[in-house]
Amino acid sequence: MSGRAASPPSDWRDEIFRVLKQSAIAQVGYVPDAGHARLIDLVRADPEIDAIALTTEEEGVAVAAGAWLGGQRSALLMQSSGVGNCVNMLSLAKNCRFPLVMLVTMRGEWAEFNPWQVPMGTKTAAALELMDVLVYRVEHADVAAETVAAAIDIAYNGDLAVAVLLSQRLIGAKRWLK
Amino acid sequence: MIANDRRLDRRAAIRILLDNRDDLLLVTGLGSTSWDAASAGDDPRNFYLWGAMGSAALVGLGLAIAQPKHRVLVVTGDGEMLMGLGGLATIGVQRPPNLAVAVFDNGRYGETGMQPSHTEAGVELVGVARACGIKETFEVSDEMGLREFAGRVHKSATTLFARVAIRADEPARVLPPRDGVYLKNRFRRAIGVE
Repeated sequence: MSGRAASPPSDWRDEIFRVLKQSAIAQVGYVPDAGHARLIDLVRADPEIDAIALTTEEEGVAVAAGAWLGGQRSALLMQSSGVGNCVNMLSLAKNCRFPLVMLVTMRGEWAEFNPWQVPMGTKTAAALELMDVLVYRVEHADVAAETVAAAIDIAYNGDLAVAVLLSQRLIGAKRWLK
Repeated sequence: MIANDRRLDRRAAIRILLDNRDDLLLVTGLGSTSWDAASAGDDPRNFYLWGAMGSAALVGLGLAIAQPKHRVLVVTGDGEMLMGLGGLATIGVQRPPNLAVAVFDNGRYGETGMQPSHTEAGVELVGVARACGIKETFEVSDEMGLREFAGRVHKSATTLFARVAIRADEPARVLPPRDGVYLKNRFRRAIGVE
């Protein structure tokens, strides 16, 4: 279990949620991650957003394409390990220039406990860039929301795929009890 | 090809599904089902996938949620569906009432040399769909069954899934446009969201 205290009433996760609402995000696909837990709760509780639980992250790239074909904006939440699952599916976004906003919580970096997270965590940005996804990185809470807002803007103004990497230092390293 | 194979002809099957399509939006999977759809006549409301194998049903899901007033039909092949089998679980949770998924099942990977697929070895797609919570399913083996499914596509109140047994033949390719940006933009224009 996490040793962190419960989230304060308005932290950067709540601010990201407000940005999603202000940006008319109507569908949110997600594979759960502890770092996204609060945002997932907020999305699931919102009657105006369809929260779509995915079995694997690449499904979300396809759902986002379908949503945009139908005129709706979306966001896709995942952990860094899920980026590796998306690589071929990102050809859908690239070939058709579908706007795509990926919010990625990082593992395998700052104070990581589990070495099995490290191989994908250290290559997350490289894997995204390999498929021409723009990568924005957030290290500090005070710029999280504005970075997500900027990502949504460039994705939907430019028909581009963008990933915001929310660093493990920002999220807080997962603490494990022996 | 087996003599006297009475399974449906894929080109006849797609025409039956698109008869009187009304407001139907169509997503087809890589690859033969995209040629099938093109053979029935190109339409801006067709979105043909030329890649992203395993994505067809999920593109349909996002579209169906975004466009609740339109009916959305996904037509894909057994190999394409098998690559995204988890997507049936995702769809089974959402179950938009305007979504129907039809899998043209010839038990073969048609684009790569007709190698046998898992369905040929006994994997039952309808069983998977039902186990994933898709409640209205169709095991289609003849024209009458296909027409019954095609009718339900226009009026069902829940997500539909059909496995359509088709002959393992290879009709001449009819290629739709392959520029993804063009396909996307004309689709969005056709339904008034661009």
